[in-house]
Amino acid sequence: MDVPYGPGRGVLRFDMPDALMERPRRQDGVIAHAFAAGAPVAGDRGFADLLLEGLSHGAAMLVLLALSGIIIALAPGAWPALSTFGLGFFGTGIWNPVTEHFGALASIYGTLVTSLIAMLIAVPVAIGVAAFLTELCPPRLRRTIGAAIELLAGVPSIVFGFWGLFTLAPFLQAHVEPPIIDAFDGIPLLQDLFAGPPYGIGVLTASLVLAIMILPIMAAILRDVFETTPIILKEAAYGVGATTWEVLRRIILPHTRAGVIGAGILGLGRALGETMAVTFVIGNSHRISESLLAPGTTISAAIANEFSEATGPLYTSSLVALGLLLFVITFVVLAIARLLLLRMNREQHR
Amino acid sequence: MINTSRVHRRLIANRIAIGLSFAAAAIGLGVLALILFTLIAKGAAGLTATTFKEVTPPPGQAGGLLNALYGSLVLTVLGVLVGAPIGVLAGTYLAEYGRGTRLASVIRFVNDIILSAPSIVVGLFIYQVMVVPMHHFSGWAGVAALVLIVVPIVVRTTEDMLLLVPGALRESAAALGAAQHTIIIHIAYRAARAGMITGGLLAAARISGETAPLLFTALNNQFWSTDLNGPIASLPMVIFQFALSPYAEWQQLAWTGALIITAAVLTLSVVARLFGATGRTS
Repeated sequence: MDVPYGPGRGVLRFDMPDALMERPRRQDGVIAHAFAAGAPVAGDRGFADLLLEGLSHGAAMLVLLALSGIIIALAPGAWPALSTFGLGFFGTGIWNPVTEHFGALASIYGTLVTSLIAMLIAVPVAIGVAAFLTELCPPRLRRTIGAAIELLAGVPSIVFGFWGLFTLAPFLQAHVEPPIIDAFDGIPLLQDLFAGPPYGIGVLTASLVLAIMILPIMAAILRDVFETTPIILKEAAYGVGATTWEVLRRIILPHTRAGVIGAGILGLGRALGETMAVTFVIGNSHRISESLLAPGTTISAAIANEFSEATGPLYTSSLVALGLLLFVITFVVLAIARLLLLRMNREQHR
Repeated sequence: MINTSRVHRRLIANRIAIGLSFAAAAIGLGVLALILFTLIAKGAAGLTATTFKEVTPPPGQAGGLLNALYGSLVLTVLGVLVGAPIGVLAGTYLAEYGRGTRLASVIRFVNDIILSAPSIVVGLFIYQVMVVPMHHFSGWAGVAALVLIVVPIVVRTTEDMLLLVPGALRESAAALGAAQHTIIIHIAYRAARAGMITGGLLAAARISGETAPLLFTALNNQFWSTDLNGPIASLPMVIFQFALSPYAEWQQLAWTGALIITAAVLTLSVVARLFGATGRTS
């Protein structure tokens, strides 16, 4: 796979998890290797050289310490809650600050459901946008629209949440949710999924805002990924009479499978951990409701809403435990993606 | 006969796919444009000189965002000033001195994890290690949280940019007898400069809009304060607080704040891209 990275290839993919995309590789000669092995050049190594090496080594160790400290520091904070409630902490949906009973299930459920719905909406749309940019868009517009999408990927998430609260939620409440509730009334399953009253804010609204928020970054990455398909493959396919759809389905998507999954995982990681876009519109209610229109909460929204008001060490500790859990969830998602892609790469090279 | 119907089917499938792709692009871009439009329409309505002259008001009164603007600026600048050098040095270690070592791959791995960790977790961490021992929220805790977000980004961009520098450049310098630090500073850094600056600017853009790490570190401050030892205001925190309030004046200020922050982030990103572009052509 060509390298969809670095200047000259769209935005810097600094937030693309390692191994999800191939990274630049330096073509080294003998001397660079000699340097790496610490070979002195032109006599002894001077003080300045040792200083720079020491500084950079020190900074690297600092990074290692600070970053691995995150896990080490969160664990003791989460311990009181975990030791009080045991594994039941993850299995109960009760969240009652008054009786000091805390269970994470409702927020775990909210995190997973909102992320899942957001992915269901955003992935197809992002693929559509990327396909439009690489195959259908007039070349003149391509760069402008591509740049606009990349810029939008940098808009702070609080702006999306804020917009969701003041524009999207009232709109959904007035014009979308009532007809949906009426239309699905009497149909089994659907009438439970979309049961009233139309609050405007709730799980569905949060999912929509999340989908909108992760759309630009996924579309931008997918565009870069699609562009790595060798032109000669596409031309060959068009040459034997394939349609645009067939080129996308049979040439581009199979060729860029790893990158597409990478983009999806990145979007999922963002959706799972996103705080501000969700907090505004989810309603912050610790319960698991069948209806997508009902208010709910997510791990990050619960922390953001309640942490500074948490009274009592057990309450605070439960929220820290939620944070630790969120960290673990995003880590596991990324780890699975890594394994998946490693295996895929190995198969490709075989 | 069978053949023509098959061609027909393929063409219809193609039509549908193209139609869906156009629709996706139209809807996606349309919604994003709508957000920007709403933001400009509502935000600009409250954008006056007062916004930049007065501090955040009590409920029911007019005021500005001066303290929040100042706080955001200080937090962002300090975050980058502290985080970028650490990140550049650590990235240098990964790409130059420690290349191929086990330590480097461990650091790269940990760096990657933090890069994709939810930012609210970073806020919780700083709360545990700084706010709890100090017994109060502070601007410095906010800076520390932002540094933790800047460092992984800069480490990553620095390493990648250094890896893009051709080995032949380094070898030419080595052949002239340059020491390794000379090669790194005068050859590798110089060649990778544009990309590294882009990385720093993107990190600045990223942290200037971050809210979650500030929630329980820098907190917020209703008044004018330049003391980093106490809670300090920032634009994202003011937007968060004011947007959820029932007061019309506060909500209007939140819109204006959101517009300012979006404009600032987009400007930073555009500048970052321009830097990347000049590096490309030279």
